[in-house]
Amino acid sequence: MTMEQAPLLKVNNIEVIYEHIILVLKGVSLEVPNGGIVSLLGANGAGKTTTLKAISNLVKAERGEVTKGTVEFEGRRIDKMYAPAVVKMGLIQIMEGRRTFEHLTVEDDLLTGAYTRGHDKKGIKKDLDMVYNYFPRLVERKRVKTGYISGGEMQMCAIGRALMARPKLILLDEPSMGLAPLLVQEIFGILARLNREENVAMLLAEQNASMALQFAQYGYIMENGRVVLDGDSETLRDNADIREFYLGLTDIGKKSYRDVKHYKRRKRWLA
Amino acid sequence: MNFFFEVLITGLLVGIMYSLVALGFALIYKASDVFNFAQGDMSLLAGLALVGFLTIMPLWLALVCTIAVMTLLAYATVFIIFRPLVARPPLILFMAAIGLAFLVQGIGQSIWGTDAKGLNIGIPDNPIILGELFLSSFDLIFGVVAAALVGGLVLFFQKTRTGRALRAVADDHEAALSVGIPLLNAWAVTWVIAGIVATVAGIAWGSRLGVQFSLSLIALKALPVLILGGIDSIPGAILAGLVVGAGENLAEVFIGPYVGGGIQTFFPYLMALLFLWFRPYGMFGKEIIDRV
Repeated sequence: MTMEQAPLLKVNNIEVIYEHIILVLKGVSLEVPNGGIVSLLGANGAGKTTTLKAISNLVKAERGEVTKGTVEFEGRRIDKMYAPAVVKMGLIQIMEGRRTFEHLTVEDDLLTGAYTRGHDKKGIKKDLDMVYNYFPRLVERKRVKTGYISGGEMQMCAIGRALMARPKLILLDEPSMGLAPLLVQEIFGILARLNREENVAMLLAEQNASMALQFAQYGYIMENGRVVLDGDSETLRDNADIREFYLGLTDIGKKSYRDVKHYKRRKRWLA
Repeated sequence: MNFFFEVLITGLLVGIMYSLVALGFALIYKASDVFNFAQGDMSLLAGLALVGFLTIMPLWLALVCTIAVMTLLAYATVFIIFRPLVARPPLILFMAAIGLAFLVQGIGQSIWGTDAKGLNIGIPDNPIILGELFLSSFDLIFGVVAAALVGGLVLFFQKTRTGRALRAVADDHEAALSVGIPLLNAWAVTWVIAGIVATVAGIAWGSRLGVQFSLSLIALKALPVLILGGIDSIPGAILAGLVVGAGENLAEVFIGPYVGGGIQTFFPYLMALLFLWFRPYGMFGKEIIDRV
């Protein structure tokens, strides 16, 4: 086993406490291989966002703290580091809800992503062209303030901004939220290309389980601040419980809401 | 008519000083959500430090040392006072700023004394005759300095990497952190800029009125300016400072005699009240981009 290539990201049994009292994560472990795509599935409040923020060290900005366990990126411990230092190492998070800087133009917004790269003007210009190449829609919008562009364009801008940091791993928090299905398809298509062509690994937190299980190679299922199940996307897709509770499928195909029995509570792995 | 313009221009020149103080407020508020009650006290500290340094060194060195003191204050404020308060509610930040105001004032006065001191950095104060207008050369020179400072700041914010990062921080702290902008350093840079602005304002007011405790009260003059201009708007702070300066001077001269005079002191607050009724976010307050 030791001969196996070390994972890019290794989260080892972390616990996160907010405001010194609220225990949000109760021992989460997961791994992302080099250049891989891994999904993190779960309902609202399962702890997906907190897991991502614990990895990117953004929890500290919300008065949260990783109190137990370790996070390793490329073999180095990062759980005690300041978020910008982690970005500089090549790990960046795209937060839920896009979070573009609404009073900055699209181009300025993209350039903030390159902040950690200092004054490497040439390299930054090259990557800006690369981003425009992946998201041609942003070209015509580059002089517009991001507060005035559409939700899909904002998501593209947020992904492009993260790319400007030259990341090895992107943490994506619900990129599909609030977007039309066609747009979700388009964005996931671009993400898949980025993964292939630029070798960017991705850890994706999603509620849209069917999309996530198509997109990722491996998946973790979270409930109540714990990982309750993990496996290859294929295995997870075939798991009867996942089919029913996350994908809305049964053996006879898609279920109509009319047929759902009201007394049947969603199965919990943890009582 | 000449008399009207004289009053107007004198008012505008005083207004520039208001603009400077309000600018300091707006910069810090935009970047870190702190309503910096200590802005006036920072001017006082800068004035006291400059007077103190001037007794033992030439002007240019004294200016450098004063800026160094303000830089030190900026970093200490952010890294000692505000670091533990990250993500706390605005009221707590405001209380911290009030504490800071008295701390800065106390430290300044215990080092350099509480007595009023004259400050003369050698800018002539002669009447200048422009056509048929009589103006003060001191006011004109400071008007130019302030305008240059503002122009420099605009360029800095629009054209540099750090300026862009500071604008990002002003929009969304957490998102800025997530792309790798170190928040505390960004705040410290903002406080340094506010410190420099406070220094210029401190010199201007100190030269006119002497460096003394009342200098810290110019912060109160900035309040109506902030309401008029919009608390988070830099162009707003500048324009509103001019409007308040000109407005109070014109009101004093042309309305004052009918109501017995002395309206200069409260006229700006009256303007602020009217604004609160009709445009509570000021002339240029941050347009909240609402998505429908």
